[in-house]
Amino acid sequence: MPLKRRQIAWRAAQDLADGAYVNLGIGLPTLVSDFIPEDREIVLHSENGILGVGPAPGANEADPDLINAGKQPITLVTGGSYVHHTDSFLMIRGGHLDLALLGAFEVAENGDLANWTTDDPGFPPGVGGAMDLAVGAKEIRVLLEHTTRSGAPRIRRRCGYPLTAAGAVRRIYTDLAVIDVTGQGLVVREIADDIDFAALQARTEAELRPGPDLKPLRAPTV
Amino acid sequence: MIDKRVQSLAEAVAGIKDGSVVLCAGFGGAGLPDALCEALIEQGARELTVVANNAGTGRAGLAALMAAGRVAKIMCSFPRSSGSVVFEELYAAGKIELELLPQGTLSERMRCAAAGLGGYYSPVSVGTRLAEGKEHREIDGRVYVLEKPLKGDVALLAADRADRWGNLTFRKSQRNFNPTMAMAADLSIVQVRRIVELGELDPEVIVTPGIFIDRVVQVAF
Repeated sequence: MPLKRRQIAWRAAQDLADGAYVNLGIGLPTLVSDFIPEDREIVLHSENGILGVGPAPGANEADPDLINAGKQPITLVTGGSYVHHTDSFLMIRGGHLDLALLGAFEVAENGDLANWTTDDPGFPPGVGGAMDLAVGAKEIRVLLEHTTRSGAPRIRRRCGYPLTAAGAVRRIYTDLAVIDVTGQGLVVREIADDIDFAALQARTEAELRPGPDLKPLRAPTV
Repeated sequence: MIDKRVQSLAEAVAGIKDGSVVLCAGFGGAGLPDALCEALIEQGARELTVVANNAGTGRAGLAALMAAGRVAKIMCSFPRSSGSVVFEELYAAGKIELELLPQGTLSERMRCAAAGLGGYYSPVSVGTRLAEGKEHREIDGRVYVLEKPLKGDVALLAADRADRWGNLTFRKSQRNFNPTMAMAADLSIVQVRRIVELGELDPEVIVTPGIFIDRVVQVAF
């Protein structure tokens, strides 16, 4: 079965290393915080100057002074702290974050990332912290649906949309597969149960190779 | 005697000139100097260039200043968010100019100005549209673009507490852009929830020392 969005987030969460400092980009990656394995302590960074982003507050407990990068109310975990914005981006740009999990419109076989604009004339463009994260975090992994709603591939030879950063992405999680970006091209590590490799390739513009230990991509109902 | 306290919002924004570069703090709904933005509408300054992370939410604060037609240009990283109706209307009608910057670049350019530096080399945006036209330089095998300092004529700020010296403490994610913008403007004006006696703020907890602050006004927000 292709994974649902929450399941893609679950799968990405399984790869979090204990003790990692992690930024979750807006959109699909924010769901990852719901699935952090219990045996791992992760410090979540929010670009507006928070280390130790905690779960959403209860209904009557939202504090308007405490929000995340998506402007949603959050709580602070024990051990958390606040910094001003320039120091927050020092953490990002200066390579202090172990990992950023980002959404994407497209990813290319060389790791190019496009996730800030589709040049839609009806939409004023916005970039936020995407370019900083893409260049600064020690590692970038992206979460996205394998194709657009109309079936066009999002994993491409080269991105059609304006780039956020060149060569940034190391691992891609989709509803159909887990794929690594390597020096020798895209390598599929896991593939959803009822899709065969040829069907996966048919939905992908870039060339895919199966990894030596290719496994099924499965996620629990979450 | 040092006393940065002013008695009214009108006094807080007095003298801000037409054409000013206004650094406007806040991220989403936190740390927004809404009362100061709205006082600026009363005051009448126009043709402003506003530097902010977002481009206003709802119809209060910065959004109200924009709706009043006072903002000619906005330099920001993420103008569109849920509730950014005023910006979207103005943008669609061609009534406001937008200059988009990566969020970290916005912050670091202001810090650069605050620090008296001539610029800095950044790896952010290299290889993308936002690096077009900028000087590129390879340093130790990595390509950077030159970013210039970004100074404000005015900073409009929000903090939790202040004393008469202008020392500031913040509350949680209210902090965001406030400390850097305070340092990067010629005239830094802050609205605070509470003005306390000198000495009441623990020096270990003061985030923005009063050296960077010119005017303090107490507002309920």
